[in-house]
Amino acid sequence: MTEFAIQIEGLRYVYQPQGIAALDGVDLAVQRGEFVGIIGENGAGKTTLLKNMVGLLRPTSGKVWIDGLDASQQAVSNLATHVGFVLQNPDRQLFAQTVEEEIAFGPRNLKLDKQEIRGRVEDAIAATGLEVFRSEFPPALPKGERAKVVIASVLAMRPETLILDEPTTGQDYKGCHQIMQIAYQLHRAGHTVLVVTHDMALIAEYAQRTVVLHQGRVLLDDTTAAVFAQPEILQRTHVTPPQITRLAQALPRKLALPPTTLTVAELGRSIVESPKQK
Amino acid sequence: MQEPLIAFRQVSYRYPRTRHYALKRLEFGIRRGEFVAILGENGAGKSTLCQMLNGVIPHTRGGRLRGRVLVDGLDTRQGEVAQLAQKVGIVLDDPETQLFTTSVLNEVAFGPENLGIEPDEILRRARWALDVVRLGGYEDHPPSALSGGQKQRLAIAAALAMMPDILVLDEATSQLDPVGTVEVLSIVQKLNHNQAMTIIMATDKGEQVARFCDRVLVLHRGELLAEGTPRQVFADQDLLARITIRSPQVSQLAAYLQRHGRPLPEFPITLDEARRGIEQIVGEQPEA
Repeated sequence: MTEFAIQIEGLRYVYQPQGIAALDGVDLAVQRGEFVGIIGENGAGKTTLLKNMVGLLRPTSGKVWIDGLDASQQAVSNLATHVGFVLQNPDRQLFAQTVEEEIAFGPRNLKLDKQEIRGRVEDAIAATGLEVFRSEFPPALPKGERAKVVIASVLAMRPETLILDEPTTGQDYKGCHQIMQIAYQLHRAGHTVLVVTHDMALIAEYAQRTVVLHQGRVLLDDTTAAVFAQPEILQRTHVTPPQITRLAQALPRKLALPPTTLTVAELGRSIVESPKQK
Repeated sequence: MQEPLIAFRQVSYRYPRTRHYALKRLEFGIRRGEFVAILGENGAGKSTLCQMLNGVIPHTRGGRLRGRVLVDGLDTRQGEVAQLAQKVGIVLDDPETQLFTTSVLNEVAFGPENLGIEPDEILRRARWALDVVRLGGYEDHPPSALSGGQKQRLAIAAALAMMPDILVLDEATSQLDPVGTVEVLSIVQKLNHNQAMTIIMATDKGEQVARFCDRVLVLHRGELLAEGTPRQVFADQDLLARITIRSPQVSQLAAYLQRHGRPLPEFPITLDEARRGIEQIVGEQPEA
């Protein structure tokens, strides 16, 4: 088995009939078990890139391999067992009468036996904390829970990689963190996670590595700390580091506080441990 | 005292076929020219409140409305949505529900056309609004070919082109990139300052609230839990403990430092305030 969950070489994607090149030569390799953030301005190509990974779009040119398989040779349904994709607006993914039915739909289409389907549904419900909602009608659930139903349905396909496209849409603070915690637990269990978001605080908190897109190309690809340490380059793609990182960057160097701070607790600890003003 | 531009008088509301009230006995006023944030978790009633301002509730949604909502002296129950729409521009969080024409330019021109504005003026406004949201050059593109964030920009441009007295942004920048969010809100702030456009912004992003809003109304489960300046709201640790709203990271830092015995001299809500505070409490590192 290959060490890469995703490999992309020279990927171009042109939307027709307008002839707009949303992706213009993307190279990207994601190893198994990584937690990668993807950021960039509106229209940078983020969603187009994700859709090429799951087969919803097929490259105009270039190659995409998922778990070592040439994605262009795979049916979307087969790719779905390798990469699970949670859309920007989860409501467009819901259609069944109960939460259980919704989650069982994918595994059923894989023609698995009943016991296997039941096991997968139960695991997905447990991973997303949906126990009390199992018999509910998905569209009637609160927004945060609806998003979890979609994630559970994706998990039931047992994909190696989970892809979240702007999980913050329609979610409040609590909802966002619940979703990111589910993703984080999967990552801890060895899965690969890709998250596209404009919420830089979430990226800072969860992603080890961050890929920055600009006009259909990779502008930066590095550890999240190294990426946020380059605010001038990020500005080109209309991204600013999280407020706490900008604060740390704005502090005078003579205070000797670390400039690449990513979280509130990190900067807080440094300040608490620093010498007091006389 | 002058009657506020928007007045909620003991307003309670429940959606059709539900038993519980989405909003409960709301009583508040918003003055002309204010920039007000409606802050609250999902399900707090933010969107419901926004849709009352242009009469979509109760006219389109039905349900049971008690009390009175007054917009510029007009009881929204008496006013029609079309009439209210001339005063109140509203941008929702999901732009797909608002876009319907065949080109970006038509989308932005549609509102002003219906107000009977001169064609030259319509074009001027449309181009201005598209520039504001960085969609200049996209005039001929079909809205369906835009990315998610670009669609949201377009929905904002369409509302701006109407130059409404009252602009309601219901999580309307949720899909914008960070710089784009600040750009759009800065323009909105300019309209607020220069033209006294009244702005009502429903959000849960504290950083934006702190930077742009004069006043915050905190909704929780349909009730008005608190109101005050952003500083009063974000410094109120008891309030924040009761509901999970996103305070600015610099305010979170201030709370952290307070808990760990190194409080800042003043509670910050902006980056510059936090930087000045830290410079006051942290000494220089001794030379090695």
